[in-house]
Amino acid sequence: MPEKFDCIVVGAGPAGTACAYELAKAGVNVLLLERGEYPGAKNVMGGVLYRKMMEDIIPEFYKEAPLERPIVEQRFMMMDKESAITFSYKGLEWGREPYNNFTVLRAKFDQWFAEKAVEQGALLVCETVAVECIVENGRVVGVRTDRPDGDIYADVVVLADGVNSLLAKQLGFHREWRPDEVALATMEILKLDKTVIEDRFNLEPNQGCTIEIFGDATKGIVGTGFLYTNKDTLSIGVGTLLSGLIKHKMKPYDLLEYVKNHPMIRPYIQGSEPVEYLAHLIPEGGYHSIPKVAGNGVLVVGDAAQLVNAIHREGSNMAMTSGRLAAETIIMAKAQNDFSESMLDQYRMKLMESFIGQDLKKYKDATHHFERFPQYFEQYIPMMNRAASQMFTVDGASKWEKQQKIWRDLGSAKQKFKLARDMMKAWKVMK
Amino acid sequence: MLHIVACIKQVPDTKIIKMNPKTNTMDRASAPAILNPYDAHAVEEAVRLKKKYGGTVSVLTMGPPPAVKAIKKCIELGADEGYMISDRAFAGADTLATSYALTKALEKIAKQRPIDLVICGKMTIDGDTGQVGPGIARRLNIPPLTGVKKVVEINKEKGYAIVHRKLEDGYEVVQSTLPCLFTVEKDINDISFAPLPNMIKAARYQPTIWTADDLEDVDRKQLGLKGSPTIVSKVWAPPKPEGGELLEGSTKEKVEQLLSLVLAKKELFQ
Repeated sequence: MPEKFDCIVVGAGPAGTACAYELAKAGVNVLLLERGEYPGAKNVMGGVLYRKMMEDIIPEFYKEAPLERPIVEQRFMMMDKESAITFSYKGLEWGREPYNNFTVLRAKFDQWFAEKAVEQGALLVCETVAVECIVENGRVVGVRTDRPDGDIYADVVVLADGVNSLLAKQLGFHREWRPDEVALATMEILKLDKTVIEDRFNLEPNQGCTIEIFGDATKGIVGTGFLYTNKDTLSIGVGTLLSGLIKHKMKPYDLLEYVKNHPMIRPYIQGSEPVEYLAHLIPEGGYHSIPKVAGNGVLVVGDAAQLVNAIHREGSNMAMTSGRLAAETIIMAKAQNDFSESMLDQYRMKLMESFIGQDLKKYKDATHHFERFPQYFEQYIPMMNRAASQMFTVDGASKWEKQQKIWRDLGSAKQKFKLARDMMKAWKVMK
Repeated sequence: MLHIVACIKQVPDTKIIKMNPKTNTMDRASAPAILNPYDAHAVEEAVRLKKKYGGTVSVLTMGPPPAVKAIKKCIELGADEGYMISDRAFAGADTLATSYALTKALEKIAKQRPIDLVICGKMTIDGDTGQVGPGIARRLNIPPLTGVKKVVEINKEKGYAIVHRKLEDGYEVVQSTLPCLFTVEKDINDISFAPLPNMIKAARYQPTIWTADDLEDVDRKQLGLKGSPTIVSKVWAPPKPEGGELLEGSTKEKVEQLLSLVLAKKELFQ
């Protein structure tokens, strides 16, 4: 007779592990399944971990977790072919407790986090793939794994199986994602001397910097490039909607090579050695793409539920919070021994009331807007760069003349009207 | 009912390990720790014999606390019990001191349940000596059968085992008395894909851990660095093979080229 757990969590990423941690802490008998050799072996993100949502689960985790650098500066580059307008905020308050966020390397961090769940009493089994949910009488009662004697049962199954979530798809919770609902991110980890990193990015030891790059980093395709500082490596990458890559017939690694060789970026990474190459899909469908997240005996969390805020590059925090909210719901359901959809649907309500639902709702049309109207990335960023160059080049022309030139550069009256309308629209989808 | 003990070791994965170019020593931090691949085949064979003849499979290792992971891997493969000896006193042991410490642990295990068969991997991939298995056999005063590539029969009632030992030009069929010790080749079996219940058991499993004080009649002078007469005088990286010839063209052309090259070497056919 196969063993029965209170709960099976499929996938030991931030969402699944957060859920397993909270459940185990509450004394729930939980099995955490991971397909990789160890948690984090197959997980990819640019590398920003948010302190608040992690601390909601493990207070003062930063005292022992394998983190790279606390981020004290966030830069945003509007980049053209050989110029860039950069905004930055640097605040030393982010460099001390309680911190704001950290760069992390997932292979190390996820392992550590899963060990913490195991310490709480979760049972972690790796190298095991859940191939389908076992459904009996219209409710999920367990999962079938790829191993011999691989059926395992539980009162409730949490699907934290990542962006493609084959299990949720099999249950009919969502269709195959459209190419405009997922981004493809490719990144490299580049080895570089610690002191060189600190010199180049103007950092003290144990301070980090993130740079988000818009515009020419993606050759005008909707997406961003990024460059983050780790202890003695840099994470550099580029993520664009799959639909954009298809439309422009671009290969993602060509785009990454392009960014690495861009004259605005190259000096940062000069002399570094690639030590790792990673690529992964990111769910960026936003609010409209959130699938059904609760069914009879089943919940969906993290990337599997499309919980990513592409505009603010937040995802791991939403994953953790969704895992925690799922755990809260399960603990409640267990107390009443009711794992029906109507009971578990409280998770969806919690999700929507939390910052996750609020933020995704706020930006619900943003990605689609920028994808539908490519002029923001293709035309307006170069235009801003030209205007800045014009304004700050001292060439004997009066400032009034310069303003006139910039004004003329905006095009005909019709084009100016379109620009104004686009700015209004952008404001509307972002506000 | 057989009691088989597999002796195993956690080793750095030498497939991906980096060598320190200055000292020519292994940079152990650069590679993940894995169960020595030969030992995985030893455990697999023990589990297969258990399935065939009935009995119990125990695994034994000497190592630092993280080596528990290697024991868990053996539980996944189907081992029933795991024992680990872990103590600073064992540190720095060469093959002589290692086989001494493992023998003392085997004697303690045997007191709880007599041992019919000890199985070791042919060698570890970090040391490549292949001496610990025979060292244990000598100390236990049981026959060592090295390079075993097939187990034909184990007969506990009549007290014998028949195996095939790999030789350079074939194999030999050997019959030995029981108890005895095998060291096994990789081609003895294919590692099976562990069933889920084993994975769950392994995730929960905590092995029995003994320190030097827990072992009986131990001569501390024979443990660890003190008990290790081996001196490493020089370590160097093997030179990369040079020369060779790359054949080009379609498969058919390459085969023809190869054939004519081989046929041209007349000395091969005398």
